[in-house]
Amino acid sequence: MFDKIAHRLSDLREWADERFPVTAFWQNHLVKYYAPKNLNFWYFFGSLAFLVLVIQLVTGIFLTMNYKPTADTAFASVEYIMRDVNWGWLIRYMHSTGASFFFIVIYLHMFRALLYGSYREPRELLWVFGMLIFVVLMAEAFMGYLLPWGQMSFWGAQVIISLFGAIPYIGDELALWIRGDFVVADATLNRFFAFHVIAFPLLLIGLVLFHMIALHSVGSNNPDGIEIKKHKDENGVPLDGIPFHPYYTVKDMVGVVVFLMIFSAVIFYAPEMGGWFLEKDNFVAADPLKTPEHIAPLWYFTPFYAILRAVPDKFLGVVAMGASMVVLFLLPWLDRSPVRSIRYRGAWFKLALSIFVISFISLAYLGTVAATPLATLFSRIFSILYFAFFLLMPIYSKWDKAKPLPERVTGK
Amino acid sequence: MDTGEIDHGRRRMLLAATAAMGGVGAVYVATPFVLSMDPSEKAKAAGAPVDVDISKLEPGQVMTVEWRGKPVWVLRRNEQMLKILPELDRFLRDPNSDELSQQPVYAKNLQRSINPEYMVMIGICTHLGCSPTYRPEFAPPDLGPEWKGGFFCPCHGSTYDLAGRVYAGMPAPSNLVIPPHHYVSATRLLVGVDPEAI
Repeated sequence: MFDKIAHRLSDLREWADERFPVTAFWQNHLVKYYAPKNLNFWYFFGSLAFLVLVIQLVTGIFLTMNYKPTADTAFASVEYIMRDVNWGWLIRYMHSTGASFFFIVIYLHMFRALLYGSYREPRELLWVFGMLIFVVLMAEAFMGYLLPWGQMSFWGAQVIISLFGAIPYIGDELALWIRGDFVVADATLNRFFAFHVIAFPLLLIGLVLFHMIALHSVGSNNPDGIEIKKHKDENGVPLDGIPFHPYYTVKDMVGVVVFLMIFSAVIFYAPEMGGWFLEKDNFVAADPLKTPEHIAPLWYFTPFYAILRAVPDKFLGVVAMGASMVVLFLLPWLDRSPVRSIRYRGAWFKLALSIFVISFISLAYLGTVAATPLATLFSRIFSILYFAFFLLMPIYSKWDKAKPLPERVTGK
Repeated sequence: MDTGEIDHGRRRMLLAATAAMGGVGAVYVATPFVLSMDPSEKAKAAGAPVDVDISKLEPGQVMTVEWRGKPVWVLRRNEQMLKILPELDRFLRDPNSDELSQQPVYAKNLQRSINPEYMVMIGICTHLGCSPTYRPEFAPPDLGPEWKGGFFCPCHGSTYDLAGRVYAGMPAPSNLVIPPHHYVSATRLLVGVDPEAI
């Protein structure tokens, strides 16, 4: 009986394989995709980022069923979702908390790349696709934040769109074109809705696909930063590699469970996170005639926002903020160290990375506070340190005394 | 004449020409999509002038009206406020309103207004578009002992005097914009239309 069913199923698979490469895909990307056996804690965040993407897509689809993208109805429709739609509050809080968690996970994922030199040759394009995902994600989050049409939505969008107005000659026309009106208005809200729910998610999924293709072509880096493909057995399997499935699917599942515990705790007990995930002023409907006393973007934009504010010139401020993103793209070509991983780097890199992390977190904090002279002074110091980490990297990464690399991955 | 040989140069030329034509076509097709994002005719037509009754405005008081979706302030300056204006020149970036795009010619004067008592301006910071706050008091703790009344932008800290002139060293590059406006009578102001005399 069971034999018969098993036989039928294998027939069915054969039939499908002749028409669509189901088995080949499964083999190439899961059971015969060999990942280094020493991947540690930091390697959870790639699969977690994918999980959050799925959460955002699913909750987003359900939110659009009740959300109304016009200036007259948007704010009320979000309140309607929160109060009257069955389980609407949960879906909305999953989406708004998911946005912040997306950035937490992505920042940790990027930090992992810094620790172990995962952007180094031959993974430059993997890093570049990842950076493009980061930029698109920022645009996606920014546009999504306009949709509830609260005070912060409105004035945040007003400020960010005005940044384009700082570009010489074409700036004003460009800002007008983005807004579709002389101020942030119904036209702006409606088009941001279109970008947020269709254009940018499609772009994001496409880029994630490219990121995965690049990863599966070059293979994962690992905490030792050495190539596992250098030592293979007679079947061409890396000696230090283990099949992604079942080994890493099972490991990632542990990460998913822990992640969902934390995620749920925030959704149920602190969805606004004291103003860090949802700002107080955004529970007031947009008023084009009155700017809130203190406006600040959400936490994940604040490091870049602090760099913008640190420069006392409108255009140069925008240039500095743009440059703070561009230097990240250039990372693979700035690092001249003979080794990839921080485990085998010398004191210079460790010092530089520590200063960079302190600067980044300080800028993130400074971007949330009012622009007092003292805050501006510190923003300037940390902005300089931020850029120094990248621009001096060709020098200090070369000076650094690297330790000898092991032949095979270590068990640590 | 068919020699049976492939003329690669000819092929490349044809390929390039086809690609170029395709590119031109793509630009034409993209045009309506790009232009559809410009302000619609409706948005452009919505700039109807606004009639403002200023009879109830006390000296030192400011009122806000909406014109083209933007806040327009009407500030009635008192004697003291007007007296301070010329003393501030050396702290300002453009004290004489030389940047012509920021005001109509009839408001290019010391008070930046038609009637010195009434100041009409668009309440949008020229830095990144926030709406500054009216701070008429002298030397408040947060703005320092030199403060002689003006407007303060909460977003990035730009400051303006009571004629909407920006202080030097601020992130905002220019003075606040003065919209076209004129007085229909002593107590009625029309925002959005230039005086007929010009």
